Amino acid sequence: MKNLLEIENLETLLHTGDTPVRAVDGLSLEIFPGETFALLGESGCGKSMTALSIMRLLPEVGEIVAGQVKINGADLLQLSEAGMRKIRGKRISMIFQEPMLSLNPVLTIAEQIEEVLNQHLQLSKDATKKRIQELLEQVGIPDAAQRMHEYPFQFSGGMKQRAMIAMALAGEPELLIADEPTTALDVTIQAQVLDLMRQIQQRTHMAILLITHDLGVVAEMAQRIAVMYAGEIVELASRHDFFQHPAHPYSQQLFASLPGKQKRDQALAVIQGSVPSLAQQFNGCRFVDRCNQALAICHNTIPQWYPVTSDHQVRCHLYQQNAPEKLPIDNTNQCITTLDVKSNTTEETLLQVTDLKVHFPIRKGLLKRIVGHVKAVDGVSLKIVSGKTLALVGESGCGKTTIGKSILQLIKPTAGSVRFRNQELVALKRSQLRQIRSQFQIIFQDPYSSLNPRMRIIEILREGMDALIISKKNDSKTRDQSPNFSREEEINALLRQVGLPVEVKWRYPHEFSGGQRQRIAIARALAVNPELLICDEPTSALDVSVQAQILNLLKSLQNNLGLAFLFITHNIAVVEYLADEVAVMYLGRIVEYGRINEVMNHPRHPYTQALLSSVPQIASNPDRHIIALKGDLPSPVKPPTGCHFHPRCASAMPICRVTYPPASTFSATHTTHCFLYPHEQVS
Amino acid sequence: MPFSPIILWTDALIYLFVGIVLFLIWYVRRNEHLLVPWKRVGHSASGMSALTVLLFFLIVGLLDTIHFRPALDHKAPNGERVYSVEVLSMLDLLVTPLRTNMEKTYSAPLATHLYAKETIELPDGKQIRIFARLVYGGAHLQNPDVDHANDIIWRSAKGLMAGSLVWCLLASGLIIFLSRRHQEKFTQTIATILQRKTEIPWYAILITLLILLLIIGCGIALASHYHVLGTDKVGQDILYQSLKSIRIALVIGTLTTLIMLPFALLLGIMAGYFRGWIDDVIQYTYTTLNSIPSVLLIAAAVLMMQVYIETHSELFETIAARADLRLLFLCIILGVTSWTSLCRLLRGEAMKLRELEYIQAAHAFGVSHWRIITRHILPNVMHIVLIATVMDFSGLVLAEAVLSYVGVGVDPSMMSFGTMINAARLEMAREPMVWWALLSAFVFMFTLVLSANLFADAVQNALDPRRRTLKQSKRFFQKLDNKEQTPSKLSQAIKPTGSSHQP
Repeated sequence: MKNLLEIENLETLLHTGDTPVRAVDGLSLEIFPGETFALLGESGCGKSMTALSIMRLLPEVGEIVAGQVKINGADLLQLSEAGMRKIRGKRISMIFQEPMLSLNPVLTIAEQIEEVLNQHLQLSKDATKKRIQELLEQVGIPDAAQRMHEYPFQFSGGMKQRAMIAMALAGEPELLIADEPTTALDVTIQAQVLDLMRQIQQRTHMAILLITHDLGVVAEMAQRIAVMYAGEIVELASRHDFFQHPAHPYSQQLFASLPGKQKRDQALAVIQGSVPSLAQQFNGCRFVDRCNQALAICHNTIPQWYPVTSDHQVRCHLYQQNAPEKLPIDNTNQCITTLDVKSNTTEETLLQVTDLKVHFPIRKGLLKRIVGHVKAVDGVSLKIVSGKTLALVGESGCGKTTIGKSILQLIKPTAGSVRFRNQELVALKRSQLRQIRSQFQIIFQDPYSSLNPRMRIIEILREGMDALIISKKNDSKTRDQSPNFSREEEINALLRQVGLPVEVKWRYPHEFSGGQRQRIAIARALAVNPELLICDEPTSALDVSVQAQILNLLKSLQNNLGLAFLFITHNIAVVEYLADEVAVMYLGRIVEYGRINEVMNHPRHPYTQALLSSVPQIASNPDRHIIALKGDLPSPVKPPTGCHFHPRCASAMPICRVTYPPASTFSATHTTHCFLYPHEQVS
Repeated sequence: MPFSPIILWTDALIYLFVGIVLFLIWYVRRNEHLLVPWKRVGHSASGMSALTVLLFFLIVGLLDTIHFRPALDHKAPNGERVYSVEVLSMLDLLVTPLRTNMEKTYSAPLATHLYAKETIELPDGKQIRIFARLVYGGAHLQNPDVDHANDIIWRSAKGLMAGSLVWCLLASGLIIFLSRRHQEKFTQTIATILQRKTEIPWYAILITLLILLLIIGCGIALASHYHVLGTDKVGQDILYQSLKSIRIALVIGTLTTLIMLPFALLLGIMAGYFRGWIDDVIQYTYTTLNSIPSVLLIAAAVLMMQVYIETHSELFETIAARADLRLLFLCIILGVTSWTSLCRLLRGEAMKLRELEYIQAAHAFGVSHWRIITRHILPNVMHIVLIATVMDFSGLVLAEAVLSYVGVGVDPSMMSFGTMINAARLEMAREPMVWWALLSAFVFMFTLVLSANLFADAVQNALDPRRRTLKQSKRFFQKLDNKEQTPSKLSQAIKPTGSSHQP
């Protein structure tokens, strides 16, 4: 088979600091026509820079210093800029991560696609129009003739990504580069988009270079896989080989750090440290500092390619022909320490939320009259037992975060009650609330915006202590601490607790990586000794290996301190690993509620079933069948009448359109709101 | 006492300002973590060169701030000293010849004759129209047509020599100080400076200083016998006017900012942070203020003030006190009208920041509103404040010119860039054109504003913790450590690469 794309020894430098960063360092790969090739790696490994180097769209500071990028034998790096414009969009197209940012908001979808068509194909006006409509229909945009004249803001996130794909397909490219195409999308939408990409590939036989960090997506899409680490490819394999026998220690450790149901009672394996700085020259293997099987040779000799099987290659000394005796991998001792089985704490209800409603008024006109409400949270009840974890699962925009914030009274609830240890929080005054604030804290999603860049770590950690504990002391003298126990010692203890060295307290947040920042955010929350932590997607901005570190930390904190978590997430694997109970949310309401095993093994609500089935799976499962959901999440301004889910539900009945279903109970703990199941009379 | 010190209102405010700055310097020097970013300011070549120039302006402005009334020769009948009604400053004293050597009317820079012909009666009774000789400019020359050029070259050469001599003294003093401090040989220190390897860019500073001293030396050498920048309509030396204008520019630039900042900071952040009715009130206030043409508002206010001053003339001992009160009032009214743009910027920024997660986290800790504003929001908008105030600085100096044009600027007895530019309006329309007044006002203002801009830029770069990457700051800290451990070795305290080439 002839190669479509051939990259040889590509080297890309980024001139950002004093020393250039070798973002891509001697990368070689081939892509065959019609195949899906996945480039897998953590952030900062040079995946996107590889894609941009192929397209020659590097930022100002980037420079390709060596190598060849050949498409059907023609070297792209030798082309003039004008010649390159004939390639982009015509032979190679690209879709980006953020569909919100990659469409021009002041041009209609049709105009943006037309731009591509005019550039590459000489079509008459009518033909152009017909072609645009055809393209949009091809990517599954309903009513394409009308919608092509709409602006991007009238499209939802999934629709925008479809429009982006349509635009990328306009020039009928031979190669589509998809840079994290579904990372910004929800699981159900991700399933739609991935499915669409597969269908299009079957129809047009174009090749796809899929860049992602998500092992699940890779497992669903790719035929061949290259694992990238610190600017170079460390493993090259077919999908089957890769998922059955990952060869490189990095790949192996990556798999081990994935959370999941089977690992519930143990700590996740973590990859220590982080990706090394690419500004240095490497003398040995780039992964050596984080490797759990490192040999002496790894430190001083750069590993070459060694074959594992005929089409499975790896850049690791362990696979050398006359390799030194492999060290026995002491997994149990080294990285997986079984956690103690949780001691049974008293089943004390810590937090009881009843019928919570948060409606945001929509104001219009000169006098700002209220014309409607965004029903972000619409009658949610939940209960958290001390020392346990409740996971709140749902797609973005369903009101998960709003619940978290309104429990903390950061957003005033419209109605309902939030009781913390039998104390009603709603309608408490700011000063009254302050006295009990220390008992519940929050960890945010984005570790980059949750720490004030102008404050040192010690100041960040002290803030909560100063604001809460002092006022507490005035209130009651319950704190049995000796006065000598200074704040600074307390902060040192906190930092040690979250696994950071004590000296970091004198630094500013920008000096830390994402995972370290998240640790600091956790330390900040712990500083006031809370009993309940609301974790608002604490790991979704982090890489898999770092996510494992944070999950381990949270789990050990729960065991040692008896914390209760309200874990807000859309990541089902994390839920399976961490949660005791699950609440599935759809459009401001909880549709299913139950213990983790009940919900994960026997999902009852059609939405839960669809959600669980759309999660990309690593283990290939022939029985698995994705329940495709039609359309997108409706707007919470005008939720559908009756059951909110009925427009997308495959088994909708006439009654679903009329009234919201009452609860159906399956066990003492498992309930759902669906007419498919008999609901008992409310007693 | 041969003089009686006078503290005018603006003087008092300037002393207060200087006091605040000194206190801040003292405070920062005591706190290591605050000192570190400020030390980084010292590593920017452009910033330090700009500071050198700025210091010259500041010295002139401060000298001009120390006011007093000299004693007169005669005494009052009861034996008390009588002080002159004229208020002088230290600067006036230093440049007395410039102040007192008045010509009749316009003369070009370094000229020996007037710029306009006038009728002169000859001893024999005949009248001719010629360019008359100046009273002071080049008066020592017997035969100006022949000697003029030579004299100027000779004097400027002497001035340049003197300037470079002073520079040599200063530079060697500095090098001796540096080599003492790092316990190194004299030549070694010179070598490191020449190779631009010092942490503080002494190379750039010394070059700027040399240029500055050469210009000053040249100016001093020529100013005793010539009008270096010419004279204006009433024969006053333009160089003197320019030097006097520096203080007015600095006062208008800094005091107006001082008056404006509390309004803009407090109201802007409050509006963005609290939203709701507070936001509405503040927004309506500044929209209303903005909708009145600011020149008219200022004109109305200044005219009111003028009437007050005139009807209460008994309150003011001297003309200077009157002019000064008018200047202060001008600063206040400029401040009151110019806070709106910064306020709007800050409101937008505060609105963005209040949704950020660290502010949400602070809410979750029950931190008070005041602390959130001062500890979280204020430090994160300081870069906007810094940029806006420096941009405003030049705008305010220009606004003063516009107001002088309308006739509501500083008191006519005060010299400012505004009045100079305003006067140049008519001078440019003359044939032949009088260009030197405008040019010197422009050059002085340009240098002042440019150096202020460059310095503010360096400060901003150094103070923003996000600007520096992890790696670089680590190296920086390591270097500091080295320095503390082995202060004897300069080589360790020296950056491996030029500090001016930072991203």
